[in-house]
Amino acid sequence: MMKQLFLTARLDIAESLRARWFLIYTLVFGGIIVLLFVFGLTESRVLGFIGLSRLLVTYIQLTMAILPIFVLITTVRSVAGDREAGVFEYLLALPVPLGAWFWGKIIGRYAVIFAPVVLAMGGAVLWGQFDGIEIPWAMFGYYTALIAVMALCFLGIGMLLSSVARSTDMAQGAAFLVWLALLLFLDLILLGVMIQGRIDPELAVAIALLNPLQVFRTAALAMFDPQLIVLGPAAYVILDIFGEAGFRVFAIAYPAALGIGSALLGYHFFRRGDLL
Amino acid sequence: MIRLENVTKTFRGARVLDGISLEIGLGERIALIGSNGAGKTTLIRCLLGEYVHDGLITIDGLDPRRERARVLGQIGFVPQLPPPLRMPVGRLIDFAASLCGTAPGRIEDIAERLGLHVDAIRSRPFVRLSGGMKQKLLIALALGRDARLLFMDEPAANLDPEARKIFFELLAGHADHAAMLISSHRLDEVASLVNRVVEMDMGRVVLDDALAGSVELGSVLACRIVLKHFEPAFAKTLDGWRFAADAERLVWRGAVAAPDRLRFLGAVARYAGLLSHFSLGEH
Repeated sequence: MMKQLFLTARLDIAESLRARWFLIYTLVFGGIIVLLFVFGLTESRVLGFIGLSRLLVTYIQLTMAILPIFVLITTVRSVAGDREAGVFEYLLALPVPLGAWFWGKIIGRYAVIFAPVVLAMGGAVLWGQFDGIEIPWAMFGYYTALIAVMALCFLGIGMLLSSVARSTDMAQGAAFLVWLALLLFLDLILLGVMIQGRIDPELAVAIALLNPLQVFRTAALAMFDPQLIVLGPAAYVILDIFGEAGFRVFAIAYPAALGIGSALLGYHFFRRGDLL
Repeated sequence: MIRLENVTKTFRGARVLDGISLEIGLGERIALIGSNGAGKTTLIRCLLGEYVHDGLITIDGLDPRRERARVLGQIGFVPQLPPPLRMPVGRLIDFAASLCGTAPGRIEDIAERLGLHVDAIRSRPFVRLSGGMKQKLLIALALGRDARLLFMDEPAANLDPEARKIFFELLAGHADHAAMLISSHRLDEVASLVNRVVEMDMGRVVLDDALAGSVELGSVLACRIVLKHFEPAFAKTLDGWRFAADAERLVWRGAVAAPDRLRFLGAVARYAGLLSHFSLGEH
């Protein structure tokens, strides 16, 4: 089982490295770091942040905007697309257990989507050291963990959608709808609901924190605004429920659990139904 | 070896397999024939454990769905359409060999015998190969291991005559210790390869019969052709069959794989008016 899992993961990594989407993905995240340096972001000051912290704060905001939709769309396109094109028909006729195939694909894909983002951040740190800029290691570590669980969360959701949808178009449409729903619930709809006063603010905040995008955004803010002042009254609810450190742990644990839970559910559907 | 009992498969209310019951034993070479939509591909996918279904399928007493790795380890599969794999040929061979517990060299040897030089295409993506090259590689991947069952969908359709001859020899090497299921739209395409015919229509088996006078897969027929006059188009055809000519290019000699004789006769028939002598017999 481990051998087949390793072989499948390695195959998925090799296939992804050859794919056009990976090239674009790597260029986007590498390019963002380069552009942030080129435009002198390390020398600007926002909310007291300067240097590499400033760059990392901007980088993670941009990553949060791009990574989820990128991971969702590329995952469902390649998984559902391979199934539709007949790749699964052939490769699943080879003696590989379904568990090794499914989890091997997830491990391989995870490595491929996580690596460019973190390598770009690592590159920024190296560049910063070369330039003599102070490195905010705690922030770097936490942001790395946030990106790791963000990738895991949306990869899991992507695999679930790929397992359920019967065609590439349907999988792609569902992935886009999920992302759109999360985006809308990030602010617009919740704000509307709260303004109308139909639900308690505590409930609205709780719903918001079920949204992994909101969790990432709030966790990223909390790194440079531990009291979450910019969130206004919602901050009281969040800090009352979790506390400062508790929220940091929640922001890592919840999306990871959501991603793994989605992947497990996806595996359940994959194993139970037709493989093609 | 293979047992199907009342196998039924339904897609969104449409019954694609309708109570199929079959038994296939070692040494049987079965032509699975039928028109488009008859259920041939669905049946093969059920046998490969790729579709869930009602009824029972066992291969050596094992469920191909629950005991995937053990069952599929015994099956060599050549699909109807080559998969659009982007991975390089070398990686595909290594991947399949690792999963199937065989040596990559064994697969490469068979590919070489079929006329596919793996070293020249090792780094080329599989999807970029020509139709014939893909077919040869897929056959090599299916035969280059200890498969006791071969499921093949029109496996020789894209092969040149020489590769077909080698392919028949390779199948002959598996004939005694394997069962073969060869799917095709038309019986005449595969009749020479098989000793039993199963015809499907609308998801049911409508004919299950032994094939009389089936030929030995590995046997070869000697052929001599004398032409009234030289004809470049016919010479090109005979070159394709690897025939040798005398200096005047009027007398041609060559060997034809016995299972391919109908196809050969079909090719020669187009130039029947040119023939002054034609003989085809066992060596």
